[in-house]
Amino acid sequence: MGVTALGASVKRTEDIRFITGKGHYVDDINRPGQAYAYFLRSPHAHATIDRIETSEALKSPGVVAIFTGDDIAADKVGGLICGWMIHSKDGSPMNVGGHPSLAQGAVRYVGDHVAVVIADTYAEAKDAAEKIVVDYGVLPAVIDVAGAAKDGQRHIHEAAPNNTVYNWHLGDKAATDAAFASAAHVTKIDLVNNRLIPNAMEPRAALGDYDSGTDTMTLYTTSQNPHVARVVLSAFVGLAPENKLRVIAPDVGGGFGSKIFIYADETVCLWAAKKINRPVKWTADRTEAFLCDAHGRDHVTHGELALDASGRITGLRVHTTANLGAYLSTFASAVPTYLYAPLLSGQYAIPNIYCEVDGVYTNTAPVDAYRGAGRPEATFVIERLVEVAARETGRDPAEFRRTNFIRTFPHQTPVLMNYDAGDFPAALDKALAEADYKGLAARKAASVAKGKLRGIGFSAYIEACGIAPSSAVGALGGGVGLWESAEVRVNMIGTVEVLTGSHSHGQGHETTFAQLVSSRLGIPMENVTIVHGDTDKVQMGMGTYGSRSGAVGMSAISKALDKIEAKAKKVAGHVLEASEQDIEFKDGKFTVKGTDKSIDFGSVAMNAYSGHKINTQEIEPGLKEGAFWDPTNWTFPAGVHICELEIDPQTGVVTIERWTAVDDFGKLINPMIVEGQVHGGIAQGVGQALLEGAHYDSDGQLLTASFMDYCMPRADDLPSFKVETIETICPSNPLGIKGCGEAGAIAAPPAVINAITDALGHEDVAMPATPQAVWRAAQKTMMKRAAE
Amino acid sequence: MVHVSMAVNGRSASADVDPRTLLVQFLRENLRLTGTHVGCDTSQCGACVVHVDGQAIKSCTVLAASCDGAQVTTIEGLAANGKLHPMQQAFQDNHGLQCGFCTPGMIMASIDLVNRLGPNLDEATIRHGLEGNICRCTGYHNIVKSIAQGAREMGAAATPQAAE
Amino acid sequence: MYAFEYHRPQSLAGAAADLAKPEAKALAGGMTLLPTMKQRLASPAALIDLKNVHELAGIAREGDNLVIGAMTRHAEVARSKDVETAIPALASLAGLIGDPHVRNMGTIGGSLANNDPAADYPAAALALGATIVTDKRRIEAKDFFTGLFETALEPGELITKVSFPIPQKAAYMKFRNPASRYAMVGVFVAKTGDGVRVAVTGAGASGVFRAEPFEAALNTNFSPSALEGVSVPASGLNSDIHADADYRAHLIGVMARRAVEAAAQAA
Repeated sequence: MGVTALGASVKRTEDIRFITGKGHYVDDINRPGQAYAYFLRSPHAHATIDRIETSEALKSPGVVAIFTGDDIAADKVGGLICGWMIHSKDGSPMNVGGHPSLAQGAVRYVGDHVAVVIADTYAEAKDAAEKIVVDYGVLPAVIDVAGAAKDGQRHIHEAAPNNTVYNWHLGDKAATDAAFASAAHVTKIDLVNNRLIPNAMEPRAALGDYDSGTDTMTLYTTSQNPHVARVVLSAFVGLAPENKLRVIAPDVGGGFGSKIFIYADETVCLWAAKKINRPVKWTADRTEAFLCDAHGRDHVTHGELALDASGRITGLRVHTTANLGAYLSTFASAVPTYLYAPLLSGQYAIPNIYCEVDGVYTNTAPVDAYRGAGRPEATFVIERLVEVAARETGRDPAEFRRTNFIRTFPHQTPVLMNYDAGDFPAALDKALAEADYKGLAARKAASVAKGKLRGIGFSAYIEACGIAPSSAVGALGGGVGLWESAEVRVNMIGTVEVLTGSHSHGQGHETTFAQLVSSRLGIPMENVTIVHGDTDKVQMGMGTYGSRSGAVGMSAISKALDKIEAKAKKVAGHVLEASEQDIEFKDGKFTVKGTDKSIDFGSVAMNAYSGHKINTQEIEPGLKEGAFWDPTNWTFPAGVHICELEIDPQTGVVTIERWTAVDDFGKLINPMIVEGQVHGGIAQGVGQALLEGAHYDSDGQLLTASFMDYCMPRADDLPSFKVETIETICPSNPLGIKGCGEAGAIAAPPAVINAITDALGHEDVAMPATPQAVWRAAQKTMMKRAAE
Repeated sequence: MVHVSMAVNGRSASADVDPRTLLVQFLRENLRLTGTHVGCDTSQCGACVVHVDGQAIKSCTVLAASCDGAQVTTIEGLAANGKLHPMQQAFQDNHGLQCGFCTPGMIMASIDLVNRLGPNLDEATIRHGLEGNICRCTGYHNIVKSIAQGAREMGAAATPQAAE
Repeated sequence: MYAFEYHRPQSLAGAAADLAKPEAKALAGGMTLLPTMKQRLASPAALIDLKNVHELAGIAREGDNLVIGAMTRHAEVARSKDVETAIPALASLAGLIGDPHVRNMGTIGGSLANNDPAADYPAAALALGATIVTDKRRIEAKDFFTGLFETALEPGELITKVSFPIPQKAAYMKFRNPASRYAMVGVFVAKTGDGVRVAVTGAGASGVFRAEPFEAALNTNFSPSALEGVSVPASGLNSDIHADADYRAHLIGVMARRAVEAAAQAA
């Protein structure tokens, strides 16, 4: 029953329900009389829909209704939106094609939504869907990212000539070109940032419900941001006004970005529930998740780095083609632009940077934010370039990085970001020591003696979290503000409910947020309940993504707690018959300065509600405060990850032998949870580097549409990780927090590839570096070595 | 319809079901034991692992009808008299879960691992033993730690200390 | 899944009768059949669940043969003392199939009858010169595997047991598909009284096959060095997103050498 301090690795309170099977995920919820939805999906990547014949299917047992795009159109259901406007370098707004929830006249990727069958059981809905006849006019599919905008390619959307969404740029082209013209050395690389499929273990699910008595709709959904879902479904899709629409995101089994977005499936379930006046439930199977969840990454990039004779970086020039898929998903446009190019400076003082990004449509699933969202892509570009540049110029990669580190803060980069705090050399020093860099030569020799190749790879990453302030978000084209809200409700006997606009889907908010309240109010954690994920309970919120819940969400709670404390002091002053200015609050007690007169937090709450000892004309009764927190700047987590691995040149199998991470996340609330976030991020980053990659064939069929072909990291693919931190305080929020959710996924890929290329004597290997790819590269290395 | 009758977490359960009913559907929909999850269609993720007659199986790939007469244990059946199973406790102690979706299957698989290989498990054995379970959140680091602890404590609980 | 009838016979005779029903299919462990049915890629009218057919159970040593009942689960083979003593390579192979939960359900009979081109047991059966015993006849392994997912089994014919001649030396090396963990290349090497057999699974475009060039070399000298410079042609091997034919051909060589090394050490 003690107070829990910030910085304590307390066990998670939410775990009890998860380890006993008492979690409540969307698919665990049933509503009386519910029907089941099954989506008939396009088998073609690109086709016109010439006819949909449903008469036989409608006669199938158990069928309640079948809806198509015509029904959506007749009801004037709005299309799905992309909430971030990007302007091309010529000033024109991005080219956006329509995105109906059920296809209207055309399908644009395999898995696109053709019709929905609603039946008494899921099996009956699926049975009936097989009886729907669709006449497709198959069109050529545009799959290749690099070639999507070429002349002669079939247009995917009328609104987007040459399949181009935008030609965007950032930075000073002339100054950067000048830096390259006078460079002593230029390093050039071509990179593909492989397309990933998020695969949260809980598939997406939706349960739409309509109450005709009150004319209200409820959507239970797997969402990272239920309020944003409500806004979109209300203001844009037009299903119901916000006050008549409740969105509930209960326990959610992982998101990694993929559950930020407002998808067709959830939208249709909610709309259809009112249409048939019955609850409508849909749970994706894994194949649907592969086909239709927004994918991540998928960049083709050419990058160049200019150095002067002393080994200082003088310029960076990048051109990227970003695949946005068949439709623009909710935040798709921002990911390869404002979440990407502003991070290209990495941890380095680079005076001149210029980046061009062409966003293109292809006949593939929509691509949007996936853990890291733009920042892993940027980090891969700069950390591969820096590594290759060091090797080309004969410099130690660690020392080359150190030479170019930014050392004074604040630091304004040429690409928007103003880094506010950090200590890059400290993280590098600690990482080198933890990784026993000095002992590497001996370990390499030992590997060679066993017929293996050993390599080490560095990744000195920086990322930006908690996109802010809202005015800047708006100026860059964002359709929302990226503040967060909180409400602290103190009950009569001093227990507390915190209503937060953040949403936990694995991050442990119920524990860390309660830790903050416990430490601030001096009450036990078990007296604090965190409420989230229900738009009828929490007034407003922007949700959880972009590692923002600590820095932004908790700061909102902190601000509300300031107000609670201020009001409680007033109450305490009245009760203790002292001036409010003379009241001190410490360890859960309000004390009149210099006296032993005190009152504990619970008693203050009781007095606030009873009103017996306070002047209720001066102070309102009750103790409840709300706050919206809008940060002044992004936060900048940074660190150094070092991967050491061994390659079996006979098979190409890569074994990670050591992983060292030294991260600066600012203040830590719960180090145990922070480390867990880093572990998970590294695993996803290693997955990208070694195992994972979405493959479409030239007809647009997804070849990696199940765990049989899409390789998920398993326990025996990974080592245990050594995770350490350093601390520089983040100045832009009251808690000094930077955010930790994405760091591992951002840091890891270049660390792995730099290590593989180190082991192979610099032979490049694309991601994922599968055994086959590594074996091929090793063959080249062996031949080169034999020739030398 | 086919009649099935089984003991689930020590309680008898029976129903007439469509033959195509999978064990996981029977548990989740007929018995409303929703702790057992479905995370894939190809028998790979392991979110659905339960014990049938003492052995871990994937309940998404077994017909309920085939389990007629079986003793089934699910995640809901592990804690006894309000006390967590040592493996459950170990997962909380070591932050072996984040979103919790794979966790029931992980815990059921881990207990099976200890039942088969004993309480002294090294890291490589644990990692290899998890080949049928996928977690997207934890990177497995803390799951491995959890299982090592849970295994030791299962061993200690099973073998009372010999008199010294 | 499409709807089907479910039957659970209590004897081999009952199973045979049930399997005579139209479009009936035997359900052994179900580890392939049920996922296939869930994807609606198979639609048997009736499933004949063999779990209670006790004639199909059991592992026994019969003279120079190890005989394994068709419904024996992979996990039972993997931990069987009899298998470990007679053909340790077979126990090791069984322990590499799928994952622990799959091994608790999947059966040797089901695996052989399905003849998945990436399954492990077909390599063992072919290399060891096993005899597949059905309720109607005995089929030599070399005649049993007839193509991708194709066997010599007649409709309604049921594998009852598999008889493996005990080899002098044997080992199985598996290179797993990183995603599915099926064999991308699996090589079973067996040194027997009538010569060396090397069977390859996971790689062949028409399923399991014998690597004759390796057998010739190993019959002269059963050591890894005998395989230096000997290779299997890439033509006729699978190419997919995980591995092309050249890489598979290379891996067959590596796995074969490692298998010979392991077999030599095991003896």
